[in-house]
Amino acid sequence: MSRNAQAFEEPILEVQAALEGLKAQPENPRTTKEIQKLEQKLAKLQRDIYANLTDWQRCLVARHPNRPYTRDYVEQLFVDFEELHGDRRFADDPAIMAGFARFRGQTVAIIGHQKGRDMKAKLYRNFGMPRPEGYRKAMRIMQLAEKFRRPIICMIDTPGAYPGIDAEERGQAEAIAYNLWAMARLKVPIAVIVIGEGGSGGALALGVGDHIAMLENSVYSVISPEGCASILWKDASQMEQAAEALHLTSRKLLKLGLIDSIIEEPLGGAHQDPVEMAKRVGDHIAAWLQDSFGVSDSERVALRYQKFRAMGIYSEVG
Amino acid sequence: MTWFIKKSEPIKVQKEKTVIVPEGMWQKCPSCREIIYRKELVRNDNVCPKCDYHFRIDPKERYDSLFDDSRYTYLHTSVRSTDPLTFKGLKKYRDQVKSLEKRGLEHDAVHVARGAVGGIDTIIAVMDFNYLGGSMGSAVGEKITRAIETGLEDRVPVIIFSCSGGARMMEGALSLMQMAKISAALARLSDAGVPFISVLTDPTTGGVTASYAMLGDINIAEPKALIGFAGPRVIQQTIKQELPEGFQRSEFLLQHGMLDAIVSRSEMKQKLVRYLTFLAPVTD
Ligand SMILES: [Zn+2]
Repeated sequence: MSRNAQAFEEPILEVQAALEGLKAQPENPRTTKEIQKLEQKLAKLQRDIYANLTDWQRCLVARHPNRPYTRDYVEQLFVDFEELHGDRRFADDPAIMAGFARFRGQTVAIIGHQKGRDMKAKLYRNFGMPRPEGYRKAMRIMQLAEKFRRPIICMIDTPGAYPGIDAEERGQAEAIAYNLWAMARLKVPIAVIVIGEGGSGGALALGVGDHIAMLENSVYSVISPEGCASILWKDASQMEQAAEALHLTSRKLLKLGLIDSIIEEPLGGAHQDPVEMAKRVGDHIAAWLQDSFGVSDSERVALRYQKFRAMGIYSEVG
Repeated sequence: MTWFIKKSEPIKVQKEKTVIVPEGMWQKCPSCREIIYRKELVRNDNVCPKCDYHFRIDPKERYDSLFDDSRYTYLHTSVRSTDPLTFKGLKKYRDQVKSLEKRGLEHDAVHVARGAVGGIDTIIAVMDFNYLGGSMGSAVGEKITRAIETGLEDRVPVIIFSCSGGARMMEGALSLMQMAKISAALARLSDAGVPFISVLTDPTTGGVTASYAMLGDINIAEPKALIGFAGPRVIQQTIKQELPEGFQRSEFLLQHGMLDAIVSRSEMKQKLVRYLTFLAPVTD
């Protein structure tokens, strides 16, 4: 477990290890008391560490190897999930998964970036970096949802669209652009949830929705802190400063009016309690679905337009 | 049909031009590396006579050559960049914006103007690479969105000349969201049946390519322009291989189906007028 930990998590893991050791021992009044004490200590430690994370550390939490991925939420929240593959033009892209499922009695379309857990899966999923066929598959499923009038739930978790020769040849830019254009026109309700990394245009291509939520420790940015540092600081190791400057955390983005809500994470981050995290995401989706009833199609499309239309901060002279 | 006012006068392409190539008698072509006599370059529309590379030109120069009699009106000039994140890299963003305005670049990285092109009332936005690499921040996003909304209201076709390294990092996700904002405005323009022509010039990359530059009813490019989503350096770092010859150039994009045509500068006006005529609403 500790090999997946970030440096700032070490104190938490030490206490967790001590707790596990105590719990393995036969029960007696002394150990029970000790366990209670350690549990309190653990909670305080997690609160303190997570309340004071730097923006860069939050990027590391968002990229945490144990963080729940789209598939984890699908498994916990939806029933009868049927994955649908392929863009009907070139290939199936495992960096995006898409399909239909039942959510608390209602059929929904679910589309999300998918990362891999072990090295083999990481390679298979291309580290969650889609190629054009991934975006085109996503749009195909969205258009199915539109045709059969099912709400769409998009989960964002990508370092970015894949920068490769083949991706450029097949129109990475066009694939992303088309999704932005087409999502703005869909009449069905669209919820967007940033569950981990929101990496630039490759994230936004699933991100034009009616309600945009971010998990507390997820990030959403125009460029990675490393990329920004290497360009604007001429030094990729300045990513801590770049992360701070980019305003990529959920709280900062909420203040800038770019997202609508934050889903709080369990103590110590989503990876400490994926079951509780999924429950909170589920409650969020349920509340959103409830709100989306009673809004007419034309009203919904108009509101979505106004939402994005209002984004941006500039001044006006004269 | 409201926007289509065809006059019978022939298309005149302005020949007199001011040049923005650096000082000196000679200019090196970045594409073929030939040394070219600057006067010859100017005479040739700032196009390399050896290899047909199209040098970057000033937005004003484009307007002068595209609008009939070089007559046009600037629109949405009041929109300016601020520094919403108080961004400080090696330089302060605020200082960069101030010094650019002092140099007279008050249009930010995009100019918007309206006038007649071959007799057709048209809105043309031209990005300016001299302003922070033509990067797209909130002001650029707002100006382009307003240009599209004006086109929608008045049913006037919109042309955008892209020239940009992508979204402006110094405004963080605010810049990113301009991609969605502009694309949504283009969706409305499209639904209204008003034409949008995208012209990609050297270079057009990142969030600009991955939004409006690829969303034209017709997408065209100047010859040999660098066009892509990821920049060639990023791709090279990722795949650790040499990139193929001509990769991400206009000709490569045409071959892969991403462009309708490659149009040289000397033919630009004539072709645009033809496209606008093809896409004009049918009259009864
Ligand atoms: Zn040349």
